[in-house]
Amino acid sequence: MAVRYLLGNEGIAHACLEANIDFASGYPGTPSSEVVDVLRMQKDRPLTVEWSTNEKVAFENALAAAWCGLRTLCTMKHVGLNVAADPLMTSAYTGVTGGFVVLSADDPFAHSSQNEQDTRRYAHFARLPCLDPASVQEAHDMMRDAFTLSEEFGLPVLFRPTTRICHSKGDVAIGPIGTDHRTAVFHGDPNQYVVIPAHTRRLHKALNAKQPAIRKRLVELGYNRHTVRGRTAVVASGVAAAYVQEVLPDDVSLAVIGAYPIDEAWLKSFVDQHEKVLVIEELAPVVEEAVRQVATTTEVFGKMTGTVPYEGEFTPATVAAAMQGAGIPPTVVFPEATPVPGVPPRPPILCAGCMHRSTFYAMRKVFRDGIFPSDIGCYTLGLQLGAVDTTICMGASITIGSGIARSGEERPVVCTIGDSTFLHTGIPGLVNAVYNGSDMVVVILDNRITAMTGHQPNPNTGVTATGVESVPVSLETICKSCGVAWVETVDPYDLPLLLETFREAKERSGVRVIIAKQPCVITARRSGIRRKPYAVDTERCTGCGACRSFGCPAIAFTGKNATITDLCAGCGVCADICPSGAIGKEGRP
Amino acid sequence: MKPSFDILIVGIGGQGTVLASNVIGEACIIENRSVRSAETHGMAQRGGSVESHIRVDGKFGSLITPGTADLLIAFDLLEALRYRHYLPEGGRLVVNRHLVVPTSVYQQELAVPDEESILAALSDLDVTCIDAAGLAEEAGSSLSQNIVMLGAASGDIPLRPETLEEAMRRCVPPKTVAVNAKAFRLGRAAGGRGASAP
Repeated sequence: MAVRYLLGNEGIAHACLEANIDFASGYPGTPSSEVVDVLRMQKDRPLTVEWSTNEKVAFENALAAAWCGLRTLCTMKHVGLNVAADPLMTSAYTGVTGGFVVLSADDPFAHSSQNEQDTRRYAHFARLPCLDPASVQEAHDMMRDAFTLSEEFGLPVLFRPTTRICHSKGDVAIGPIGTDHRTAVFHGDPNQYVVIPAHTRRLHKALNAKQPAIRKRLVELGYNRHTVRGRTAVVASGVAAAYVQEVLPDDVSLAVIGAYPIDEAWLKSFVDQHEKVLVIEELAPVVEEAVRQVATTTEVFGKMTGTVPYEGEFTPATVAAAMQGAGIPPTVVFPEATPVPGVPPRPPILCAGCMHRSTFYAMRKVFRDGIFPSDIGCYTLGLQLGAVDTTICMGASITIGSGIARSGEERPVVCTIGDSTFLHTGIPGLVNAVYNGSDMVVVILDNRITAMTGHQPNPNTGVTATGVESVPVSLETICKSCGVAWVETVDPYDLPLLLETFREAKERSGVRVIIAKQPCVITARRSGIRRKPYAVDTERCTGCGACRSFGCPAIAFTGKNATITDLCAGCGVCADICPSGAIGKEGRP
Repeated sequence: MKPSFDILIVGIGGQGTVLASNVIGEACIIENRSVRSAETHGMAQRGGSVESHIRVDGKFGSLITPGTADLLIAFDLLEALRYRHYLPEGGRLVVNRHLVVPTSVYQQELAVPDEESILAALSDLDVTCIDAAGLAEEAGSSLSQNIVMLGAASGDIPLRPETLEEAMRRCVPPKTVAVNAKAFRLGRAAGGRGASAP
């Protein structure tokens, strides 16, 4: 055993290696991405790893490997589980032979997400066991043992870390990497793998019959545990349990819930020993509902009494305030501390030299009255540039756009979607738009990589997750085969040509596709591409502010006059924007 | 007594706050001490305000509660102001004398913040101001500013300086060890706490 300083996701990945994992798939999504990133880069244990095109694809590939008897992991963020929900629900019926763990990372406070949904609800919905670690060490230990649990019940196991587990670090005790490998064999059994009505009715009964034994086993494994120390108690789950332990008085009992479904008899015996119980958990009141079901005379505090927030991420201060609200004084009273008012915000921003910025600039210049549905990726930051009117979920730019266009709204619709998102769930929307005769422009922001989640390769990149060269898909050919008659590829650093392409698109009708193609500025820099920075000729700068609207972080202002800082990546687009010709390479206009 | 020594490192995405916090975390492992930390990943990293929480001897969660941090290390003056409420009254701040004006200020035509007024708004704290860019250049690379800042704060961190230096060696790219070692020592000398420049 060794102790290392590990990120939660690194600890989780290492646990998979300890558990003799042979197959891993996933689609990148914060805060889950580093698990597959570690597995695909490591050299200690040979295994099959893939970044799949979306979560449903990832799930089904992993499920198949588990049907062949392999120990298998599939990772995604919470909203990815919506995409994979179709196979998830029925995989509970078919079951698995090899241990199959589905990691779905929740994001309380929506640090990098479009909602605050709770994976534990899916576990309940699908009737699958769900593990909910309270610390980085527990995340490691639970993941190591989750494959055995999956095999014991022949079911997929949901593993639900939250952002503060995935992206926290700590001293983690790890074990040796496993050396056993399984040979994949598919033992065909239509009764199990072909879910026609006659089979699925029987499989549903079998799934339900497994539940009492699962509940009991999760208590035996110590994932759900309690200590009785007084007449009042706190019941906490996930990372909130760690915050509770920071402020819990010695005479207050504690139950920690780390796994679902919760055994009712076990929970009832704990609740019944107390006059008052406070339930503290982030997101949905899953534990609270269970406590309320078993409580008879015990007074229960939680979200439903207004004592604990339904939304957002907790801190030790949130927990202390909830305890005070329930009349259970915490050991620590945190000071009143409010931020200094009026500090200018520093939100995330598209990088200097990002190809999305010039594309958005040209789009808005040509389509002044346009409606701009967009999608999930770095380019959602185009909101700051007035270039994003809608974002709801992966792939929804084209579908929302065609819906607006076909609703009778008369303003032009120009939607933007990244290359990875297009391959994820964009294509069916494009086929649909062409088939049904939508009138719209689709801009594919093609930076050759899945950038926001940490630059994972995709089928557009020309390399697989493990670094094997692959044939990059042709976005042009895909669009044409969907029936798009007009597809233009343009370099977004060439502003005059970009503007001309948008103008031409405006003249046409039907579904028109512009592919703006230029590598992500971060990957370009990493691969050694250096462009000379630009500078402002102060004599020529008139302070007109044309470059201000471009919103590049490398352009600063002294009074009205622009200067270019050392953040400049040399894309040169601002030189084309400046009406006075004051911007040039190294100050030579 | 507080069970952990809580350090908040703040800056702008891309400045290397995570590497600086990794060095402290590794140093805890070397000294066989428990540690908890929390980082910013994902979208927020793109040039946005970022924070790393590190709790030396921490045993529970990784988040530091506002008003209770033992040390604030800020890589940018404006970020020091944004996060100063994490410190108690008169708390300890080691700040880089460096100010990047957020693009939002120009876009929304807000008042442009300046160094003097920010320093005035921080003056009730126990402040050490560091010219990290100058010291990093002296060390041999402007990329070593994060290690300069760590060195400057090291006199306030309850870990041995030689442990921090060893941890730094483990965390930085091998080719940059010499530059970063110099950056750490220059920073430590400039920080002025428990510092005897070697």
